[in-house]
Amino acid sequence: MKIRTLSYLIKQGFANIFRNRWYSLASVATISACLFLFGLFYAVVANFQSIVMKAEEGVSVTVFFHNEYDKCEEHTEEQLTTQDQAKELQSRIEARNEVSEVNFITEDEAWEVFAKEYYGENYADGFLDNPLVGEYSYEIFLSDVDAQSALVDWLYSIPQVRKVNYSELTATTLSGANLLIAYVSMGIIAVLLAVSVFLIHSTIAMGISARSVEIMLMKYLGATDFFARFPFVVEGVVIGLIGTIIPLVGIYSLYNYALSYVVERFTMLSNFLNFLTVEEVFHFLVPVSFLVGMGIGFLGSISSARKHLRV
Amino acid sequence: MTKREQRRLEKRQQIIEEKGIICLDNVTAQYPGTDTTALDQVSLRINKGEFVFIVGNSGSGKSTLIKLLLKEITPVEGDIYVGGYELNRLSHRKISFFRRTIGVVFQEFRLLKERTVYDNVAFAQRIIETPVYEIKRNVPEILAMVGLPGKYKASAKDLAGGEQQRVAIARALVNKPSILLADEPTGNLDPQNTREIMKLLEEINELGTTVVVVTHNNQIVDEMRKRVIQLNFGSISSDEEGGYYTYED
Ligand SMILES: Nc1ncnc2c1ncn2[C@@H]1O[C@H](COP(=O)(O)OP(=O)(O)OP(=O)(O)O)[C@@H](O)[C@H]1O
Ligand SMILES: [Mg+2]
Repeated sequence: MKIRTLSYLIKQGFANIFRNRWYSLASVATISACLFLFGLFYAVVANFQSIVMKAEEGVSVTVFFHNEYDKCEEHTEEQLTTQDQAKELQSRIEARNEVSEVNFITEDEAWEVFAKEYYGENYADGFLDNPLVGEYSYEIFLSDVDAQSALVDWLYSIPQVRKVNYSELTATTLSGANLLIAYVSMGIIAVLLAVSVFLIHSTIAMGISARSVEIMLMKYLGATDFFARFPFVVEGVVIGLIGTIIPLVGIYSLYNYALSYVVERFTMLSNFLNFLTVEEVFHFLVPVSFLVGMGIGFLGSISSARKHLRV
Repeated sequence: MTKREQRRLEKRQQIIEEKGIICLDNVTAQYPGTDTTALDQVSLRINKGEFVFIVGNSGSGKSTLIKLLLKEITPVEGDIYVGGYELNRLSHRKISFFRRTIGVVFQEFRLLKERTVYDNVAFAQRIIETPVYEIKRNVPEILAMVGLPGKYKASAKDLAGGEQQRVAIARALVNKPSILLADEPTGNLDPQNTREIMKLLEEINELGTTVVVVTHNNQIVDEMRKRVIQLNFGSISSDEEGGYYTYED
């Protein structure tokens, strides 16, 4: 294959896009529509996921210990801890995989938080001693909410542990939401891809039949398979490229608009729901869209060309 | 040219000398899904440089013969040699190179209507990867030869029928094929243009190209006094040098 032939075929590919502008337009519209849906869908899912993830980060397990001041429960000698002894457990808890952060809360810190909540700023009046003496605890944050129950079991296996506070419901709801999002998005993306490959395949097939004379001539004039097919592949990839850029631009401006709208109108909401910036969304969306768009164009045209353009 | 190509060329020359430039040996053709035989055990030889008319009623197998010669369809039985190529043994990859040695012209011209006359002819040269500077020289030359000098900027769809067929002939000839096949090239033309196109084909033949013309035009056939092969229900019913179109009803 000579270079001049290759450059001629590439030019033919571009020329074909203009010669068959209606088919090209239809193909671009098909890919654009699919990638637009895909992009919108991804933006929504990504935000959901980030919100769920934020919520997961807030899921914590609190561990309390047996101590000598606690008169409500029976303790054996070996179960009793002092604050210093309890602190020594920290490295063991931190070593576990599902644990992302461990905070030790001293009895004084616990009282400070509690009292503020119940008595306001002047809480100290009337209390000489800390009524929560011995109520030191660990606040444990999880990197993976699925592992919560395993962690709780493990914590109870430590003899000095008296009580573990956790919410089963939050953990299962969040991990369920996570799974649901993953399945639904995979399903929808698969359908979108299949639909667009099918559409581009038939659009290119229509384009090929519209050019049946030219293709028949190529055959009679002794064109090789490569010569006949290559312009269609160029055409498919270029159409894929254009069909990728349009929805990306659309989603970019739409997303920015939606984001500022939500932040303006629902200030409350956006305070504790953490929305992704357009850059964060596009970091993934741009390469994937280009890959998919050009891939669809390439696959659609090559499959059509192989089927219809055997010279 | 490599040694190997040289040997192949020599082998083709040898086949042409032995069997003629076109040779059918007991060829039977049938379209898939039908049980009528379009051609029934046809044998025929055409020598290099001949001008041959193929005549016969509608459905007698004329177009089928042309398709066989182009390896557009394959026979169910029999051997075909065209231009020294043994078609039954031609691999798919080599078909395109085989077809470059044959020019084809059709009744309905089959031009790229939106493109210029020049582009239509240059298209054939592009396919065989001719350098642009050679295309620029060859195309005007061949257009002058078919009687269309200075027309090459016109869009193909703006030409008259006779002119369009000239462009199609120029396109078929520009790659210098050794054989020109024409399936009813004057079927869409008036008597005046028919006569001129046939004259052009005769000139092309006189320059050395083997020409095979399928036609219904009895008057022209009778006038031109060439070899006439008549097909009847898929068989050759007559084959005469300087023959006439015989009528069968
Ligand atoms: N594509 C096809 N599929 C099935 N049968 C076909 C096909 N083309 C031709 N035939 C049949 O083969 C036989 C020969 O047809 P062919 O086209 O060779 O005739 P022809 O001599 O060229 O006729 P015409 O003068 O009308 O062009 C006919 O019976 C026809 O019906
Ligand atoms: Mg016919």
